[in-house]
Amino acid sequence: MTTPLLEIDDLHTYFYTDNGVARSVDGVSFDVGVGETVGVVGESGCGKSVTALSILRLIRPPGRIEPGGAMRFEGRDLLALSEREMQQIRGNRIAMVFQEPMTALNPVFTVGDQIGEVARIHAGMNKRESLAKAIEMLELVGIPAPEQRAGEYPHQLSGGMRQRVVIAMALVMNPALVIADEPTTALDVTIQAQILELLADLTRRLGTSVLLITHDLGVVAENCSRVVVMYAGEVVEEATTIDLFARAHHPYTEGLLGAMPRVGGERERLATIPGTVPAPTAWPAGCRFRERCPYSWERCGTEHPPLYQIGGGHTSRCHLAEEPEHRLHPHPPLAAQAGASAA
Amino acid sequence: MTAFDDAHWTRSLGRRVLSDRRAQVGLAVLLVVALSAAFAPLLAPFDPAAQLDITHLQNRPPSLAHPMGTDPFSRDVFSRLLFGTRISLAIGLGAVVLSVSFGVAVGAVAGMAGGWVDAVLMRLVDAALSVPRILVLILVVSLWDSMGLVALTLLLAGTGWFAVSRLVRAETLALRDRDFVVAARALGGTPSRLLVRHVLPNALAPALVAATLGIANVILLEAGLSYLGIGLRPPSASWGTIIQDGAERVTELWWLTLFPGLAILVTVFACNALGDALRDAFDPRQLPRGTTPAPYATEA
Repeated sequence: MTTPLLEIDDLHTYFYTDNGVARSVDGVSFDVGVGETVGVVGESGCGKSVTALSILRLIRPPGRIEPGGAMRFEGRDLLALSEREMQQIRGNRIAMVFQEPMTALNPVFTVGDQIGEVARIHAGMNKRESLAKAIEMLELVGIPAPEQRAGEYPHQLSGGMRQRVVIAMALVMNPALVIADEPTTALDVTIQAQILELLADLTRRLGTSVLLITHDLGVVAENCSRVVVMYAGEVVEEATTIDLFARAHHPYTEGLLGAMPRVGGERERLATIPGTVPAPTAWPAGCRFRERCPYSWERCGTEHPPLYQIGGGHTSRCHLAEEPEHRLHPHPPLAAQAGASAA
Repeated sequence: MTAFDDAHWTRSLGRRVLSDRRAQVGLAVLLVVALSAAFAPLLAPFDPAAQLDITHLQNRPPSLAHPMGTDPFSRDVFSRLLFGTRISLAIGLGAVVLSVSFGVAVGAVAGMAGGWVDAVLMRLVDAALSVPRILVLILVVSLWDSMGLVALTLLLAGTGWFAVSRLVRAETLALRDRDFVVAARALGGTPSRLLVRHVLPNALAPALVAATLGIANVILLEAGLSYLGIGLRPPSASWGTIIQDGAERVTELWWLTLFPGLAILVTVFACNALGDALRDAFDPRQLPRGTTPAPYATEA
């Protein structure tokens, strides 16, 4: 296999809060290949967004990326770079598309000005050149009448158009990697598909790698070649998309798949995963999913599972890899039992 | 590069301000006030310091020859008011420009830097804010032997920036973590660029409103100090000193209070009207009156 574009190796991002140390990202490792689209899925609070912000080193105090890990990108360790070197990478080699197009644009500048700003920072363009570049980018992301739109303020655009503008800003410098943090969550369903299609189409044409962060497995299925499932600050399963949907191994992934509505499926209540993600200040010892898992047994309470290789690059952080017989005896998860006794 | 070199932004900001009725009134009044200050030597019928006729022209009520009457030293109040405008405006503008600039700088630095820089600066501001401004002013002005125009302006500026710095710091703190600032950082923006382009323009509206109110406040303070007899030394005329000349016999010598009082009132009102209009103009979501909002329905 060729060298990946981005290699995250044992990333730890902790937040030092008054309530203790929140270990939001706790030993995450995965790769993104050249031109590849990798999905990162998991529910709120599992560390997806913190991972994304960590890659660009945008974590502010009281948060901190702990020493010891590495993030190799285009032959350099991002964690070893100076802030100035990092500024030259942000927006230039790695760009980010944020979740909320309503708030990701500065309200006091025109969109043309803001798209152009990226070119002024990284390509040393002047106002006029950067405006021409901005109009070119607006055209690229499919905004009609780009010359006119470039002179408008963000509030004059619809949500979908604003997200197109945000994508345009990310692609100005033709970066090697685009990190898209829930790029469609804030949009209407009808617009979501258009925006994802646009992102997929542009990055395919430009050969850009994409790290697509989402909680929507449907989005992953359509866009990603590989999936990283995160839970409680850790990677709990990693596989190709096809493999993951066909042979999900980790009970959490199973739960996520079970919670997906299916077209043509029987009309029944959607399955849910009982309980919630534990607090990042106090990850349980042993398996962090144990409370919510229908298969857990004694070993899960004492021994923190490593990422088991289960063949073909498919990994899973579950003792079922060694003791598959426990899958035969599902039981109500501890969280559900506690909930039932409390009620 | 500054926040305001963007031609589009400046132009449309100007348009928005000028189409606001309050701004039109405020600017018109301030223009008249400023022009009368500028052309005071041409407009004033008499020398503002000249005692015209100390035996026959004392304390005369308004008349054709002296439209605002004369004071106890037989000086023409209208002429004094015109020249007083220069001093009151100069002090108001000068002190506010200085104090707001300094307050914005301190607040922005504290908010962006955070940590101990923020803690030290804001504790100092807290301490300064806990002392009533008027007491500090009275103390310093009375200890000072003869306070000139520049010294008084600096003193008013030096005691006036605390609240602005708190205001701007709070705005900066809120803005620092706003998505578009984080996004600008994610696109390679340096701290100074983030501050100047993304934080300050969005934090400036309250500072600007505070500034216009500050002009009004400083004019009032100067008048108050002069009224107490510890402001500018006679015979220099400011609105406050004119009022002070008639302070002890307000009911008889009402013209000495009424006209400078009206000048203060109208100027302060104009400042506040302009401030309100500016605040709205700085907020791009507030479109000029008479225009329809952009159609949110045009979906991408």
